[in-house]
Amino acid sequence: MRAILAALLLAAGLLAHAIDTESFEDPRLQARYQKLTSELRCLQCQSESIAESNALLASDLRRQVRKMLEEGRSDDEIRKFMTDRYGDFVLYRPPLAPRTWLLWFAPALLLGVGGIVAWRVVAQRTRLLATDPDEPEEGDRA
Amino acid sequence: MWKYLAPLAGFLVLAVAFYFGLHRNPSVIPSPLIGKPAPEFSLPELRDPARQVSTADYRGKMYLLNVWATWCVGCRQEHETLVEIARSSPVPIVGLNWKDDREAALSWLDQLGNPYVANAFDAEGLVAIDWGVYGAPETFLVGADGRVLYKHVAPMTMDVWRTEFEPRLVPTATSTGASR
Repeated sequence: MRAILAALLLAAGLLAHAIDTESFEDPRLQARYQKLTSELRCLQCQSESIAESNALLASDLRRQVRKMLEEGRSDDEIRKFMTDRYGDFVLYRPPLAPRTWLLWFAPALLLGVGGIVAWRVVAQRTRLLATDPDEPEEGDRA
Repeated sequence: MWKYLAPLAGFLVLAVAFYFGLHRNPSVIPSPLIGKPAPEFSLPELRDPARQVSTADYRGKMYLLNVWATWCVGCRQEHETLVEIARSSPVPIVGLNWKDDREAALSWLDQLGNPYVANAFDAEGLVAIDWGVYGAPETFLVGADGRVLYKHVAPMTMDVWRTEFEPRLVPTATSTGASR
């Protein structure tokens, strides 16, 4: 019984790796391949990278990445090849350019604005408390 | 006063942004090819593999490139519309048969009618990658200067044809499909 269970579990493990990953002789190419394919979005199934996806297009793009790596192209050349065809959307890590500044800096901007608002509220409250401790606190109601 | 107005203004900004966000289709990704020269290709013809179908055949002409396959449900859905467009409009429709089975594709055309002036058989999907195709059906409008004018992702409908494609057609640049 246990042997059967173990065999089933092993078989499940094999099935889970059914996506055809390309393998390279050179471990450095393999590492670059893995990094690139995990950073490229599969456009057919937008929440997966082409490394994870089973979609038709993803396997075509994996083959394309493999071919370009074997031709000795650089990572940037491969990324440019993809964005020339599919746009920035294909990259999970969008480029830093004037048109993407809002995207990249919005979190810092929002944190800054929130910080200023919080600081002002706290400053106002401390001023109220210092001047008239008996008055109910105005800031609480806002 | 601003203490009450500021959150309200913030809310309104978000509400408007979300309202427009709701009506956007996240599966439609703008093509970086619009306004750029259409990628060149030369592929064997679907029915007659000895013949090549190439973008050079359409130099100086306006044409549609329709990406389709028999495994694609949306392509079946739009097929009658394409037949109708081929009948009523002078713009030639070039088919890009994407990763399909040759026999299945031919019997599809024989049974449902053939709106295409020619069909390029892209078995490997390499030309589709060059055109930034990420799902079928997709329809490109290529101008007489060889530039991509418009791309429609999703089945073609007469409504889309009238509102998006027809206004972009230049009457002098279109030629009646010779081999139709």
